[in-house]
Amino acid sequence: MREYMTTRDIVGPLLLIESVVDVTYGELVELEYPDGTRSLGNVLEVNGDVALVQAFEGTRGANPSQTKAKFLGRSLELGVSRDMLGRVFDGLGRPNDDGPEIIADKRLSIQGSPINPTARDFPDDFIQTGVSAIDGLNPLVRGQKLPIFSGSGLPHNELAAQIARQAAVLARSAKADVVGDKLEGEFAVVFAAMGITFEDADFFTQEFRTTSAIERAVLFLNLADDPAVERIATPRMALTAAEYLAYECDMHVLVILTDMTYYCEALREVSAARKEVPGRRGYPGYLYTDLASLYERAGRVKGRAGSITQVPILSMPDDDKTHPIPDLTGYITEGQIILDRNLHRRGIYPPVAVLPSLSRLKQKGIGAGKTREDHADLSNQLFGSYARGLQAKELAVILGEAALSDDDKAFVAFADAFEDRFIRQGKHEERSVAETLALGWELAALLPRSELKRIKDEYVEKYLPTGTDA
Amino acid sequence: MEQGRIVKVAGPLVVAEGLVTSRMYDLVRVGKDGLMGEIIEMRGDRASIQVYEETEGLGPGDPVEATGAPLSVELGPGMLEAVYDGVQRPLDALERMTGAFLTRGVTAPGLDREKQWEFVPTAKAGDRVEAGDIIGTVQENKVVEHRIMVPPGVSGTIATLAAGTYTVTDPVGSLTADDGTKTDLLMMQTWPVRVARPYTRKLSASEPMTTGTRVIDTFFPLVMGGVACIPGPFGAGKTVTQHQIAKWSNAEVVIFIGCGERGNEMTDVLMEFPELVDPYSGEPLMKRTVLVANTSNMPVAAREASVYTGITMAEYFRDMGYNVVLQADSTSRWAEAMREISGRLEEMPGDEGFPAYLGTKLAAFYERAGKVECLGGGGGGGAVASSAADDAFGADGLASRVGGDSSDSASAATQAPVSTSASVAARIGSVSVVGSVSPPGGDLSEPVVQNTLRVVKVFWALQDQLAFQRHFPAIDWLTSYSLYLDKVTPFWNEAVSAGFRGRRDQCMAILQRENELAEIVRLVGLEALSAEEQILMETAKSIREDFLQQNAFREDDQFSSLVEQDLLLKTILLFHEKAIQSHDKGMALKDIFAAPVRERVTRAKYLTGEAAAVAAEFASIASDIETQLVGGGTDDGAYAARAGGEQ
Ligand SMILES: Nc1ncnc2c1ncn2[C@@H]1O[C@H](COP(=O)(O)OP(=O)(O)O)[C@@H](O)[C@H]1O
Ligand SMILES: [Mg+2]
Repeated sequence: MREYMTTRDIVGPLLLIESVVDVTYGELVELEYPDGTRSLGNVLEVNGDVALVQAFEGTRGANPSQTKAKFLGRSLELGVSRDMLGRVFDGLGRPNDDGPEIIADKRLSIQGSPINPTARDFPDDFIQTGVSAIDGLNPLVRGQKLPIFSGSGLPHNELAAQIARQAAVLARSAKADVVGDKLEGEFAVVFAAMGITFEDADFFTQEFRTTSAIERAVLFLNLADDPAVERIATPRMALTAAEYLAYECDMHVLVILTDMTYYCEALREVSAARKEVPGRRGYPGYLYTDLASLYERAGRVKGRAGSITQVPILSMPDDDKTHPIPDLTGYITEGQIILDRNLHRRGIYPPVAVLPSLSRLKQKGIGAGKTREDHADLSNQLFGSYARGLQAKELAVILGEAALSDDDKAFVAFADAFEDRFIRQGKHEERSVAETLALGWELAALLPRSELKRIKDEYVEKYLPTGTDA
Repeated sequence: MEQGRIVKVAGPLVVAEGLVTSRMYDLVRVGKDGLMGEIIEMRGDRASIQVYEETEGLGPGDPVEATGAPLSVELGPGMLEAVYDGVQRPLDALERMTGAFLTRGVTAPGLDREKQWEFVPTAKAGDRVEAGDIIGTVQENKVVEHRIMVPPGVSGTIATLAAGTYTVTDPVGSLTADDGTKTDLLMMQTWPVRVARPYTRKLSASEPMTTGTRVIDTFFPLVMGGVACIPGPFGAGKTVTQHQIAKWSNAEVVIFIGCGERGNEMTDVLMEFPELVDPYSGEPLMKRTVLVANTSNMPVAAREASVYTGITMAEYFRDMGYNVVLQADSTSRWAEAMREISGRLEEMPGDEGFPAYLGTKLAAFYERAGKVECLGGGGGGGAVASSAADDAFGADGLASRVGGDSSDSASAATQAPVSTSASVAARIGSVSVVGSVSPPGGDLSEPVVQNTLRVVKVFWALQDQLAFQRHFPAIDWLTSYSLYLDKVTPFWNEAVSAGFRGRRDQCMAILQRENELAEIVRLVGLEALSAEEQILMETAKSIREDFLQQNAFREDDQFSSLVEQDLLLKTILLFHEKAIQSHDKGMALKDIFAAPVRERVTRAKYLTGEAAAVAAEFASIASDIETQLVGGGTDDGAYAARAGGEQ
């Protein structure tokens, strides 16, 4: 029996256990503290007969002389099955609702394996979220990882829930100028909460319940008062479930991970306890690689019907985009949707800061057949014009409206209308992409036609509304 | 071979004891699965090993097998169109072996052992050959002729050499060294990745690399054999810029290293390059491309090795006499891999936790770029000279790449890397390196950017503010630079036009001036500027929007030849000049700016097609400018009257 009572040191979430034999890196450990508390852990480092173990559920109640450590000879796993749908689990994948134990179809290591780049299929199916600021400008595609960069007090939960509720794929259209029909009921949702409050988690649970999305949802909840280090395992649990549903049950899975900031803080805690040389702001130097091991689990695989689309949510400390968490995330994900406090204060929902937001997969996901032929040009034009409108507004602040040229005035009017009509929409308002594009053209019509430089002439001819409504 | 035992496992780092005859940078096989690893530190009989695969499940006592050889790559026919991981494992073969997900302990040789190649000797029995001499060729695909060379360190007299169909491990002949020993001649050689391949001498590089991206070619040019970096925050356009160069540059061989970046970006290349047609050869772009894909979720030690694997392959093609461009995306991820390993070794950290040797490693890597006189004779049986003539990259190829008509650029052809006339001249090849840098928070003062700037000659600074406005490529014209500018000017004078450099400088000056004036406009408004200054502001805007902005995803915009770039500049500057003259003659600014021809200027960058037709179109725009501005104005008598006719 590989059970030891030879703990030497306990530092933060870490235990140093001596005189161990045959321990391997990454091995799962069951810890039992003198008061009967149990925790799972895994081996972070093994040096000769000394193992360094991180305790997922903390070290409260542990002491060196009486702590039992049992090495299990395998890594941390999740038992997966279709029956997970509709169920709620804790951050380590144990049922947390009143339902029965899951009878596992398979047990999978939660680390996962990297997808071979040659086996990936490029994500290029447009997902209609029904939100203009996303569909029109920074569209999401199936298999993409597109995070929401937010801040405390901003409505990222509402937006994520709205996306989960409304996400739908469109049928391919045979005509370049006609948007395909919406296909119903395609997505399963895997939701991982890391360190968020009960209230926030409850918002999502209720949301899934009322829309009966819960039947095709799997929830992993590690809340604010749950052990912090457990959060390191939670997204991996969720992604392991998602991979099973996507690649073995052929489902299209939308994974919501929230809040990545708490996840990173848990990593930092472990790193600090190990006394590792820190990178920026105390976060470990391997934060990029670690985050990539989560985000890169989004995608599509050739020859498999399912897909994994990720919408991670993170709150930017201090609303600072250059903070290591949003920064490294942006370097890995395929774009970002950034929420803006100013728009929010002005009552605009969703408060998407359009200009710094980006969807890197947009080129492949929109256009003739997928959405409509004019989509890319129109969105470029809206971006460019909105940017110019904002610049002109800045000028007007200093010099007064009167100092603006006629063109600039048109751009200012455009920018205002754009925020008010295009970005702003209801929390339960679902706009089809055709409606979004029509709205975009209406706004483009506020500009001098000669300024529509980014749109091909033929599209201007075809789609620009002519004349007045009168 | 000796065997050691693991004593410690910490992430990608394993420490083993009992490896006494092994040396630094030797390859070892770790654990029961035989995972690939490399010795990176030795203390007493303990060796620290970075492992190129996931180490979960390894523990003390597990065996470590020495191989006695350093980490090397296999070089020979079969590299082109391949996709490798950071230690040259062929990813498509791995997929066939283990499916869609990468599993551990599986490997396959870098070069396919089964594939047969048609070997055509260009030397014969009895020839005396030195290292680097070409002894034969293999037409690897329609685009690239693979030149089989005598490996470095080998020389002697050819004993046998025969045409035929061979695999890379079959001897194509044999060689008798001066001491009488015989060695087999193979199409494949191996080379340790951390050692630069030898050449005769380095040469100064002065031939521009045409990338088709206007802001690069005209404003901040790169040369064949040059080094450039693209730093920028996420989303600013590093990868797209590198893809553009990989696609449209006139290098003959492209090595693209996806170093710790996104899996889907590799997939994008894999799906797109076989479909895209190389404008120079008319064949799919993939045929000249080697992909090294060690994405962010693949093992970090293999990421560290990936840049060396890539550059060794690049040097090998250079040795054949090709112009090779290597793209490393992103060098920051490589540096971070070094940092991670260094941290596990408990080395004393330098800036931001990076190892103290970061600068040395970066400099040594970029120094492997350059234009060189290759080892071995240019002739080597005349293979190079004769093949170059009908090679797509021969004299005609170069001329068409410049985009001029052939008479104009005839002189340029003599500067082609492989000259048709100089069959006995030295063989010249080059490796150009373009590295992207991903500074945390976009902060250019961080160590990777700073150490890179010390060694590169071209700096393409990406600006997030430009990207937010969707001004792409978001290369900031005010802070970017190229130290090759003066070197390429003689080439421009010959191959493009004598006025090109001047026009480029004038545009640059206008953009600089715009920046100063913008400050004034911000404070007191446009009205405070003189008419001439207002015209300058409009011209600057035109340079930015009608020249610098280039949409990589529009087929009619992604590539401009140098001649087209010059025509565009000419057009914009002609309008500028005429606008000033018209104003002097009394034409109102409002009318000048409203001239219908401006619409045509705006769309001029989208002109594509035959050179003559494009030139004619530009001529017609020019004549519109002439008629609609000064001297014309038949439909605007007012200003002509005010101006009192010709002065
Ligand atoms: N030349 C370009 N033309 C059009 N769009 C571009 C261009 N360069 C960048 N982009 C846009 O910017 C996005 C981010 O570019 P990318 O090269 O991936 O950035 P980085 O590698 O710096 O993070 C792309 O997905 C694309 O939408
Ligand atoms: Mg990139």
